Amino acid sequence: MKRAIIINKNDNVASLLSDVRKNETVHAQLGETMLEYIVKDSIQFGHKFAVKPIKKGENIIKYGEIIGRATSDIGEGCHAHVHNIESLRGRGDLF
Amino acid sequence: MKFAGYERPDGSVGVRNLILVMAVADCSEPVARAIARKVDGAVAVTQHYGCIPGEMVANTLIGVGQNPNVAAVLLIGMGCEGMPAQALAKMIQQSGKPVEWIAIQDLGGTRKTMIEGEKIIKSLSRDVGNYQRNEFSMDKLTVGVKCGGSDTTSGLAGNPSVGFAVDMLVDAGGSAIMSEPIEAVGAEESLARKAVNPEVKEQIYKMIADEEKRWKIPGAQMEFMCRGNVEGGLTTIEEKSLGAVHKIGSRPIMGVLKTAGGHLEKVPDKKGCYLQDSTHMEPMAMSIMAAAGAQIVIFVSGCGGTFGHAVVPFIKVTGNPEIYSRMADDMDINAGTIITGEESVDSVGKRIYQEIIDVASGKQTIGEIMGYDNFSVFRRDPRMEALLNISPLT
Repeated sequence: MKRAIIINKNDNVASLLSDVRKNETVHAQLGETMLEYIVKDSIQFGHKFAVKPIKKGENIIKYGEIIGRATSDIGEGCHAHVHNIESLRGRGDLF
Repeated sequence: MKFAGYERPDGSVGVRNLILVMAVADCSEPVARAIARKVDGAVAVTQHYGCIPGEMVANTLIGVGQNPNVAAVLLIGMGCEGMPAQALAKMIQQSGKPVEWIAIQDLGGTRKTMIEGEKIIKSLSRDVGNYQRNEFSMDKLTVGVKCGGSDTTSGLAGNPSVGFAVDMLVDAGGSAIMSEPIEAVGAEESLARKAVNPEVKEQIYKMIADEEKRWKIPGAQMEFMCRGNVEGGLTTIEEKSLGAVHKIGSRPIMGVLKTAGGHLEKVPDKKGCYLQDSTHMEPMAMSIMAAAGAQIVIFVSGCGGTFGHAVVPFIKVTGNPEIYSRMADDMDINAGTIITGEESVDSVGKRIYQEIIDVASGKQTIGEIMGYDNFSVFRRDPRMEALLNISPLT
């Protein structure tokens, strides 16, 4: 079974605990609940995928906190990482 | 719970019984290394900022010399330093332990210094060799917590299990220090809400805001996310920080230990969790935690960082099961069992707490067995601080 974890109920990303291939089913644990997703990319262990559609400019939430902002639309089940998320902190180009 | 350590004249308790051969600056480091090789249990250290390195470096060296893991100190100077061996010796002597100093120019050169240094260190070695371990309660123990080469497992397994062990240590009367302000950027709230009072809350916000200011200088192309972080699934500093702060546990934060503005603050008698205004760079962070009195450092990595420290035993934890299976020889604790579902955070946390007690009582860490004796000193450049208009914490 391919596994993932959603740390907080407000999160819009899950962290994978297995390597997954495109179109595989993933069981994501959120507390006591197990949710099922189909991933749309091949993604490696430890990386994240969107658990709901995320619009460009929307905040990325993990641990129930803002960890960055989407730089393009991210579809449910798609890989969510540095290619479509940017940090909002510690950046010399932002201020 | 108790641990077996070496009581020092100032009432602190060491978990090791080292002789520290400290070159005041790197010009005399080769001589210090040669002298340290003459007896077992001696380690040579230095700093690389020249001989007028400023208060932060001087205070770190003094604090490391006073660290309870150090039984005796021999300082080696060139003789012409702006920060003379004699001045450092005088400060370290305040801890009551034996401290000697020699200078190459005063003794008439390298050969004579080697002979004199060997004579002194052999005499110190005979004295400290008689020291015995005795049992002490956990309030005599301060543990530094550090993470590096973090990946997704660090925030899910490694750091939370260390945090559980820190809660156990603090509940037993001990203290913990976390020292990496950049890895709190984005996690301010989760630290500030644990501040013991409004003053400490303000210090936490200021420490993190100042650190962010140092890093976001336009055009300076600074980076605090390493390749291993990103390959390991971490996307932003905010995400890394929110995972990193788990390792200080859930107990109140009693204060922010100052490292500039006149003195390097030690862990106070009031025990508990402390943040330290220093750096995320591992060997430097360890030295400055040692200077504040930490006797042991626990290190969590995702990618499998492997090193150690000259003065503080270094317990290495990984939360990544694949890294553990490939690098078990380098890891003291496998927290990857949390990721594979074999073990809970609590269960691994209890194992880490037991490891702390064992290492404090003399069990060798893998880093010690491998011979890792990393030592480097952190300096925040006072000129940059002035240009950025950053004032020291008060």
